[in-house]
Amino acid sequence: MSTHRKAIISVSNLRKQYGDFSAVKGISFEVYEGEIFGLLGPNGAGKTTTLEIIETLREKSAGEIVIDGLNVDHDQNAIKKIIGVQLQAAGYYPNLTLLELLDLFSGLYNVSIDNKHMLSLVGLEDKAREKYKSLSGGQKQRFSICTTLINKPKIVFLDEPTTGLDPQARQNLWQLIRGIRKGGTTVMLTTHYMDEAEQLCERVAVMDSGHIIAMNTPDHLIDELVASGFERKKEVKKANLEDVFLHLTGREWKDE
Amino acid sequence: MAISNIKDQRSKIQNRRSEGREYNQLRAMLAVTRASLRSIMRSPSAVVFSIAFPLIFIVVFGFIGGNNISVRVGVHPQSDTTNEIFTMMKVRPEVKLIREPEAAMKEELLRGKISAIIRIEKNLDTSKPEYLVHVQTSNASREGGAVVSMLMGHAVDKANLAKNPPPKPEAELRPEHLEGRAFTSIDFILPGMLGFSLLSTGVFGTAFVFYNLRSTLVLKRFFATPIRRPFIVLGEALSRVTFATITSSIIIILGHFAFGFTLINGVTTFLLMLLLAFIGLFVFMGFGFIVSGVAPNESVIPVLANIITLPQFLMAGTFFPADVFPSWLQPVVKVMPLTYLNEAMRKIAFEGVSFFEVWQDLLVLGLWGAVVYFIATRVFRWE
Repeated sequence: MSTHRKAIISVSNLRKQYGDFSAVKGISFEVYEGEIFGLLGPNGAGKTTTLEIIETLREKSAGEIVIDGLNVDHDQNAIKKIIGVQLQAAGYYPNLTLLELLDLFSGLYNVSIDNKHMLSLVGLEDKAREKYKSLSGGQKQRFSICTTLINKPKIVFLDEPTTGLDPQARQNLWQLIRGIRKGGTTVMLTTHYMDEAEQLCERVAVMDSGHIIAMNTPDHLIDELVASGFERKKEVKKANLEDVFLHLTGREWKDE
Repeated sequence: MAISNIKDQRSKIQNRRSEGREYNQLRAMLAVTRASLRSIMRSPSAVVFSIAFPLIFIVVFGFIGGNNISVRVGVHPQSDTTNEIFTMMKVRPEVKLIREPEAAMKEELLRGKISAIIRIEKNLDTSKPEYLVHVQTSNASREGGAVVSMLMGHAVDKANLAKNPPPKPEAELRPEHLEGRAFTSIDFILPGMLGFSLLSTGVFGTAFVFYNLRSTLVLKRFFATPIRRPFIVLGEALSRVTFATITSSIIIILGHFAFGFTLINGVTTFLLMLLLAFIGLFVFMGFGFIVSGVAPNESVIPVLANIITLPQFLMAGTFFPADVFPSWLQPVVKVMPLTYLNEAMRKIAFEGVSFFEVWQDLLVLGLWGAVVYFIATRVFRWE
């Protein structure tokens, strides 16, 4: 269907073995340039493992991965230069302010950046002299995303970016992620929230115990299910509880 | 079709790469160094153990002063104080005279708080000596008592000779005093404190930092950037070396100007001490890498680090010479790297010897370095 689009990540027959345990059992997929691609699945499905192999942080057991024409087997450092990585639950160098952390990352990526401008991109300009530790959950995630943008990457990887956030912070982060995509950057993310995938991702792959069991646009997957005769047990209302919550508490950024 | 796209991309990237500046690992390394240094300077434990503690010890020992003998001598309330013998005692710099009620002084004598009680009595019997000099000492202060008895005996002899000079003296004392270099307690304690500072910066600092950076995934995030792993370690090491150079300089300069620490050849000695400090730090950091690698959780780190540092802190000649320990402990003392660092540091600072003359100490440190890094490279964990 989307053959007219150019693949920026091609994964074929990827396998990852931890001793006797197969975390990833021969998966193949492509991520197209400029899209938001979601890797969905329950905890332990192999999402993070897959992501970290693509990010060059883990060795694969078998298979082939090409990222923007670079092979993960022998172009690791070239790949690192064109990707931005947000880890699940990553920490940052202790005792440093956000500005100093951005200094550190600009050195690590060998780029010169306007730190304050970078922080304003994620709405953290007021927190420039605060420590990472003192930020709220949503602010921490926004800062993490900020560090992924330093090297003006072609692809940004986000591992469960909204896990543990309140509805406002999630909405806010979705806006930020859409903004990144608008700027021409490809986004690949993992999540176990289906509403997030439906709102955000152009295409999703559903993983379960190391296999990809479905891959398409969210719309198409839903249509397929409906076509098979599936019907929700409960009549769908025009709003859900989250809409009520957001209506009551406001859609504004409520981090502070 | 997909393949031709990929080939397209590849050639585009190669073009771009040859246009852009090459990635510079050193620039990335220095960014790590700068971040690490900022972090250390703001870490209370690093500052306390590397500067505050050594300085406090130096101040304390600096004020205790030199190794001069000093005795406290009680003066009996009924003692005659107008005589020449008493005057001779009064002017002696090592004698501190105490005047208190008799009972209180006796109590202090028995507890060793004063070394002797003297009572000089005018003799009413004119055919006998003019004065009777009583010196009361106690087992509680044998050495002090002996010193007072000797000084009093000397004063009595001198008074006797002044009154009845012998026609032909049997012998005459001709003392000669050589003005040697005064080895004060600061000359001993400062190199020890420097060693202590380096040991804590090296072992504790390195162990905690690498353990924490690993467990909080800071290192993992670094791995997602183009910096190569050895440059992360080098960047961290460089920040520790810089920090240790700053703290060592503060300790030496303050010790020199405020407490008269001897820098025998001035700036040269200072620089040699810093160089030696660097060698010591290098070895101690190796211990830190081992601890960060073998510690199964964070609470084990201080335990392991203390097992390495405390015995050296106590026995490697930090506070008192290593040879005061009993012979069965000497093999332990003789194997600890800090013993050799302290020894070399003192020789360089006070005797002004060159690096060649402390080659044995350097050799032992070098062997330790080899052993420690051999183990460190095997147990060090990145993830």
